[in-house]
Amino acid sequence: MTHAYIAGVGNTAFGRLEGLGTLDLMAKAAKQALADAQLKRSDIDGVLCGYSTTMPHLMISTLFCERFSLRPNYAHGMQLGGATGAAMLMLARELVISGRCKNVLVVAGENRLSGQTRDSSIQTLAQVGHADFEVPNGASVPAYYGLMASRYMHETGVTNADLAEFAVLMRNNAIRHPDSHLTTPITIEDVLASKPIAEPLRLMDCCPISDGAMALIVSAQPSGALKVRMAGAGQAHLHQHLTAMRDVMDCGAARASAIAFKEAGLSVADIDYLGIYDSFTITLLMLLEELGFAARGGAAQRLRKGDYGQHGVLPLNTHGGLLSFGHCGVAGGMAHSVEAYRQFQGQAGVRQVRTPSHAFIHADGGVMSSHVSLILSREA
Amino acid sequence: MTLEQTPLALAQPFIDGLVNNEIRFQYCNACGAAQTFAHDACQHCGAEDLGWKKSSGHGTVYAATIVARAPSDAFRALAPYTLVVVELQEGARIMGHAVPGVRIGDRVVASFFVHQGQTLIRFEK
Repeated sequence: MTHAYIAGVGNTAFGRLEGLGTLDLMAKAAKQALADAQLKRSDIDGVLCGYSTTMPHLMISTLFCERFSLRPNYAHGMQLGGATGAAMLMLARELVISGRCKNVLVVAGENRLSGQTRDSSIQTLAQVGHADFEVPNGASVPAYYGLMASRYMHETGVTNADLAEFAVLMRNNAIRHPDSHLTTPITIEDVLASKPIAEPLRLMDCCPISDGAMALIVSAQPSGALKVRMAGAGQAHLHQHLTAMRDVMDCGAARASAIAFKEAGLSVADIDYLGIYDSFTITLLMLLEELGFAARGGAAQRLRKGDYGQHGVLPLNTHGGLLSFGHCGVAGGMAHSVEAYRQFQGQAGVRQVRTPSHAFIHADGGVMSSHVSLILSREA
Repeated sequence: MTLEQTPLALAQPFIDGLVNNEIRFQYCNACGAAQTFAHDACQHCGAEDLGWKKSSGHGTVYAATIVARAPSDAFRALAPYTLVVVELQEGARIMGHAVPGVRIGDRVVASFFVHQGQTLIRFEK
């Protein structure tokens, strides 16, 4: 049976990258990923590209291929909100396992901070809320997450101080990565005192908007010092809008991970590295708990114990996550996988953890609407 | 040549209901399940025979937030404002404004207000 491996990664810094457009950013990350995988342009026979709100082109993948001088025999763009990156990696894995492709480039980039117009941000907002039942109320993206957080905190007893722990951990991680957007040290008190956005969420519970790009190559042949196999993947999609989320204790995350674990023949206990989507602090905490990497209401306790730290039993988002490495759309959600790969390869510098055996990656799109889980395993 | 009549938007009965100061919700004629939002088929049993009913406007707060930073100029003057998701007595969930101070679990009843020409729900205790 053919397996799929991650064979190389690349990225730009995240932050304000004035003057660079979507394709410029994508090209920088893709070039680095090609070099990392030691592949030539002619080796790439599949290309998957994430959407860009600043460049809503009909055919972003082939637009990119023409410019970057690629001539694949499989290509298209994909849209699944924050889960797009993980969903592209899952599809790339399917394409390799089926024999359709040998080397799939997965790339996304966006100048979401410096290139965003007011019109496009309103358009994006309109798509996150329900056009008839939610948006007319003056609801914002943080408002949907604030509503969700209020219910989750009501049911589990999670506090604002618990949420703040995750903002601080992500910042401390980002400080150790040279390409991070936000690197000013913060404390729990700073998070709790930051200005209210949509109660219970405050400014530092929310990720920033950044410019940046990420790229990975999924291949039938491993590359690098260590073989990183994509051992399992799964998805679940239970609702689109917040009002239609039936149960905050069953948003779809665990359903997606169950499929991935079954496919990999592994369980939660086998995992020793985590890359978990963190658009807001509540996103990260809820996902950790639903996925079984903490008891309900117990994620902050594990964090305080040091379990999610660089030298803990479950290092978490060692690059700093969306909360502090930054969020530029699709690429923001790919950074977790890029970092996991570098941790496997021993390339994480001062952030390096004990070489992982099995990494678990999870991303969600919308308001915990679309879930994608990936399991990456070190192969002997 | 005659122009075809514009088809009714799926959520039009809800929108028309607000103008008449009532909450209308979709329900399933086959299994009786109340629907959150408007659908092409029942979220519970999949039947396509759906109708609309008028809600009593009574319900329980399921989730609540206070929006400090409004997403548009149209709502900036109202900020900070309370938004809630309410589970109506009939079983459907609905988003609306609420008077300050409402909490999860509070029993509330719908009232209505007009903001920039649009009728919106405001739940009161």
